[in-house]
Amino acid sequence: MRPLVAQLRAEVTMIVTNGETVFLTLGIPVVFLLFFSAVHVLPTGTKHPVDFLVPGILALAIMSTAMTALGIGTGFERGYGVLKRLGATPLGRPRLLAAKIMSVIAIELVQAAVLVAVGYALGWTPGGPGGAGVLVGSAIGAMVLGTVAFGGVGLILAGTLKPLVNLAVVNGLFVVLLLLGGMLIPLGKLPGWLEGIAKVLPASALADALHGTLGHGTAVTARDWMVLVVWAVAAPIVAGLTFRWE
Amino acid sequence: MNDVTTPTGSASAPGDSPTVVCDRVVIRYGDTLAVDRLSFTARAGEVLALLGPNGAGKTSTVEVLEGYRRVDSGSVRVLGLDPRDDHAVLVPAIGVMLQKGGVYPMLGPAQVLDLFSRYYDDPEDPAALLDQVGLGPVRRTPWRRLSGGEQQRLSLALALVGRPRVLFLDEPTAGVDPEGRIVVRDIIATQRDRGVCVILTTHELAEAERLADQVVIIDHGRTLAEGSPAELASGTADGSVRFTTDAGIDTAALAVAVGPGATLVEERPGAYRLQPPPGAASPAVVAALAGWLAERNLALGDLRTGQSLEEAYLAITGSRGEPEPTGPDGEADAEAEPGGGRRARRTRRARGARRARGARGARS
Repeated sequence: MRPLVAQLRAEVTMIVTNGETVFLTLGIPVVFLLFFSAVHVLPTGTKHPVDFLVPGILALAIMSTAMTALGIGTGFERGYGVLKRLGATPLGRPRLLAAKIMSVIAIELVQAAVLVAVGYALGWTPGGPGGAGVLVGSAIGAMVLGTVAFGGVGLILAGTLKPLVNLAVVNGLFVVLLLLGGMLIPLGKLPGWLEGIAKVLPASALADALHGTLGHGTAVTARDWMVLVVWAVAAPIVAGLTFRWE
Repeated sequence: MNDVTTPTGSASAPGDSPTVVCDRVVIRYGDTLAVDRLSFTARAGEVLALLGPNGAGKTSTVEVLEGYRRVDSGSVRVLGLDPRDDHAVLVPAIGVMLQKGGVYPMLGPAQVLDLFSRYYDDPEDPAALLDQVGLGPVRRTPWRRLSGGEQQRLSLALALVGRPRVLFLDEPTAGVDPEGRIVVRDIIATQRDRGVCVILTTHELAEAERLADQVVIIDHGRTLAEGSPAELASGTADGSVRFTTDAGIDTAALAVAVGPGATLVEERPGAYRLQPPPGAASPAVVAALAGWLAERNLALGDLRTGQSLEEAYLAITGSRGEPEPTGPDGEADAEAEPGGGRRARRTRRARGARRARGARGARS
């Protein structure tokens, strides 16, 4: 327990003391939420953009932590030889991985609390104006799968690319998935061929699941579950197979 | 028997099984042969230095012992265990210092050392260890803002924090300033006295000579020579005797006095190198030399027989044994000037010209 607790504390310390990570995981989502609620430039198709924005930005927040922050941090640790050095300590890979997962979940809980609070302050009505039920359990399930899927994607890149290349690719992917993931821009606004690609990405499945459960009060579609499960299984497996510790 | 963390073995007497065994180890990278049938053993309370130029296979060898890579053939044992297959059992008992990096760049020494200490059941006190390596004043400075020498000393502290029984130090003094080197040497000596087995690599002769009980000189992944620094130096000696006296003495006459077949060269004004006849014993040669000089009332100064490890290293590795650029370590002068002042501090007993041959370039 002692090594795991110490490692978890170190992981969280490094995240919260790193300005870029805090900006990425909290600054960007909160600023997007405030800005696009006030400035109605996004084609959200609703009179209350905040109802569309809160679920979408929750999906964005999960992607920023599980894929981007985890991927960039792990990539640099690999580049600095930290992962190699830890391999010669009794910490062990399972505890290192557990500490990373727990730190990601801890950050996500903070993100969710902040975004929901800001959302309510901006007049967010969960379940939409119609007042349909909120499917919190399904939403949490989708977020867990999304976390695993994005974490796997982040670690695939972190475990194979050089740190600076990894930094660029992870950030680029973040922007691409942000635009194609239906988080800010509904998928229906994309050209048909692009929409087809977007629909099989974990970003759009998670955003769609959260828009449904937290926005419209509708259940997660079978298609979204399937896309999330496939990514949540495949990405960590590929990461496990391709990850180079040095 | 698997509990390697119990300190029972640290007091092992000579004759116990070796702590580290490398047996005909072969390591390949694709078609490149990095290590070629390398063998050595080291015991508790012993410092073994792998000495060789960059690319000689030192790091590959150490990484096999640390469990980072497998051998392509041969076998390795650390505390009687396989470094890879028994990694989880072995890892609490080893301390590792990588050649570079290995530390979270944004954390300070105090944070990192505290974190690492919590990986172990019975760690050293992190604060005391930090003072011991002289990093107290920079305890909160992020790693990336530490000097190269400070980073090295932190790496050393991280290797020590778990009270290891075997220490693997890859270039522990590279890039360390002279004061830091004294700290590192003291710590290595202390660990040895506690019964820790220390395996270190270096491309600097002076470091191997100062730190190690046993030196294995390797190049192209092969053992070129091994033994204590004194054995290595004398083992390759050509039997020559160096001395100083007045400049311009009659070298031919002195050579004749020493014996048939002796040659004498004045290398610099007043500095001579006497090559005795093959098979001549050192004491007899020195006696003849001293007698000849005494008859002429000439002073005899700086008499040395045999050679330093430095000369032996250059002789063994041949043209490839050029000393590496040593960086800002303040000791470059000792290496850049073979036969400089450092050499004069010891007088060695030549062990006879065991391998009678012209030492320099013999292997090139």
